Amino acid sequence: MISTVLKDDRYKMVEKTMKKLNYDKSALIETLHTAQETFGYLENETLKFIARRLKLPYSKVYGVATFYHFFRLKPKGKHTVVVCMGTACYIKDASNILKKLEERFNIKAGETTKDELLSLVSARCVGSCSLAPIAIYDNKAIGHLEIEQSVKEAEELVKC
Amino acid sequence: MLNSLEELQELAAQKRDLKRNSHEELRVCIGSSCAALNADTLLKDLKKEVKNNGLDERCKVKGVGCNGLCSEAIMVAHYHKEGDKESIYSKIDTSNTKDFTDMLNSQTNIAQKKCDTSVPFFTKQKKIVLENAGIVDPDDIDDYIAYDGYLALYKALDEMTPQEVINEIKTSGLRGRGGGGYPTGLKWEAVSKVETEQKYIVCNGDEGDPGAFMDRAIMEADPHKIIEGMALAGYSCGATKGFIYVRAEYPIAVQKLNKAIKQARKKGILGNQISDSGFSFDLEVRLGGGAFVCGEATALVTSIEGNRGNPRQKPPHLSDYGLWKSPTVLNNVETFANIAPIIRNGGEWYNKIGTPKSPGTKVFALTGHIKNTGLVEVPMGMSLRELIFEVGGGLPKGRKLKAIQTGGPSGGCIPENLLDVSVDYESLKEIGSIMGSGGLIVMDDTSNMVEVARFFMEFCQSESCGKCVPCRVGTVELTDLLDKFINKIATKSDFELLKNLCEVVQDSSLCGLGQTAPNPVLSTIKYFENEYLEGIKDA
Repeated sequence: MISTVLKDDRYKMVEKTMKKLNYDKSALIETLHTAQETFGYLENETLKFIARRLKLPYSKVYGVATFYHFFRLKPKGKHTVVVCMGTACYIKDASNILKKLEERFNIKAGETTKDELLSLVSARCVGSCSLAPIAIYDNKAIGHLEIEQSVKEAEELVKC
Repeated sequence: MLNSLEELQELAAQKRDLKRNSHEELRVCIGSSCAALNADTLLKDLKKEVKNNGLDERCKVKGVGCNGLCSEAIMVAHYHKEGDKESIYSKIDTSNTKDFTDMLNSQTNIAQKKCDTSVPFFTKQKKIVLENAGIVDPDDIDDYIAYDGYLALYKALDEMTPQEVINEIKTSGLRGRGGGGYPTGLKWEAVSKVETEQKYIVCNGDEGDPGAFMDRAIMEADPHKIIEGMALAGYSCGATKGFIYVRAEYPIAVQKLNKAIKQARKKGILGNQISDSGFSFDLEVRLGGGAFVCGEATALVTSIEGNRGNPRQKPPHLSDYGLWKSPTVLNNVETFANIAPIIRNGGEWYNKIGTPKSPGTKVFALTGHIKNTGLVEVPMGMSLRELIFEVGGGLPKGRKLKAIQTGGPSGGCIPENLLDVSVDYESLKEIGSIMGSGGLIVMDDTSNMVEVARFFMEFCQSESCGKCVPCRVGTVELTDLLDKFINKIATKSDFELLKNLCEVVQDSSLCGLGQTAPNPVLSTIKYFENEYLEGIKDA
């Protein structure tokens, strides 16, 4: 089983991280990071694979993966909009930006549209407080965002 | 390989000379706010433009860490050898590249973009932690060495015993910059006295407070300084291994730290028998996963071990029973960044800055309704008023200050009439807030304080790890109660319940997250009670 999985190059990346850390149990979080980076999200199969390789119970791996906000157990949409909800953005009306985006695309923060084109994420703080309110459209950060503009940018993003 | 203090000093002198001869530098800020405005492209374009004009012999173009005035991003500084002068230009974008080559050719200024550096924002700051931010290229270890980098470590290895290093830190009076304010020297001494094979040094770079970005800026601007501070901690405590725990949401910081560690290993600054002494030390970066509770010491250590970040009861303290059950020193990024300057200049020097009980400086992230948003480092003991209205430039036109929030979700709101309080650990605690890690949010009169309190409570609710009941259930109940006030359907007894529940959560939670979660509510009740009363329907 493991040998067939290993033929997938992506699993090789995950394996490499575990190897680097000597298959120690403490390698779990680092391994989950690598897995998410290569697969985009953490599928059940991937979690089971990691559990086997690190000789950990599946429940433990699942427990850790669900504890940290950074890990996703569902695939991401083609595009992502991350709205920062840090304090600086909050007092500059970021919650309304998020609300408008939720209404426009009919999803809640943390969800993906049915056509899998857009994921909407709210972040704790992206650390660019001086540009508040800020949202990140795929890799592009747009600061001093206006409500109308925030929706428009998202619509542009989905188009391409 | 740098095998002795002499070799280090020789390299530093060499690099410094080189700098003097080649004369001018264009320093492009690539900190997070500037990076969000494509500072990377600007840096590339400038390099190309300078080269195309044949100016690259004379002028070096390099990327540097955050120089603080993020609201004026992108910042570019022009450094000139004559008189060691630096002119700073603000709000630069890629269309300005030609202006800079013209300036280099004709030695004129780009007057309309020039920043006035005689204003309080620049003059009232005292830079120790951020001394290299905006000056040194974080990707280049030689640049760090040219500015006295690793001098403290090599000096300590050459001339000082571990106890002498600890004594120096104790003399300095440095206190933990993560917010707790525990004396760093005492922490180190406790670990140094334990006799055991394995000890660890851990750096907390899991900056989770919303509205705070000091540690991020330090890690991105000067990663070598953190490495040097941790190595010095390792030397004085007898630890050979260290971990830097960084938020995965800070990819640039992770990348800079990893690169810096690699460079330091190559030079023999990390590894076996550093500087031909008996001391060996190595570092690894570990990624956090976006859990606020992991900023708590015991939770952080558990997370490095690969578990869910649940905190545990203290004592035993980390100095006896930390990472993998070994004695562990855990300090914040900013604390470690203070170490090298203290060893270099002496504890006495540091102790004279700031107030007697809280010596030194503190880095603050100024955000919210304030003119100069960005990063500032000021001596402790400055009044909040001076910090907000002089260094921060006050509020934008026509806005009136209502409150200042310090310490994030664990802190409190300070009203306008208490602004003359001095910025130090004790004074802020006295008025119901805390120093915290350094996030400082300015709110104007349009802000509703109950909503602000609810915002923080909801944050704590979603970040509660769920291990203890008061925090897990209490934060949910408190959020619901606050909602009643916001929707103006609360009763008088709700108000009593709110106050009681705050006390219960404060007194009975397991870790700092729960114990401090009610602070924003309590401080807003204390200073803005009428806003709560407005939410009561049977008042």
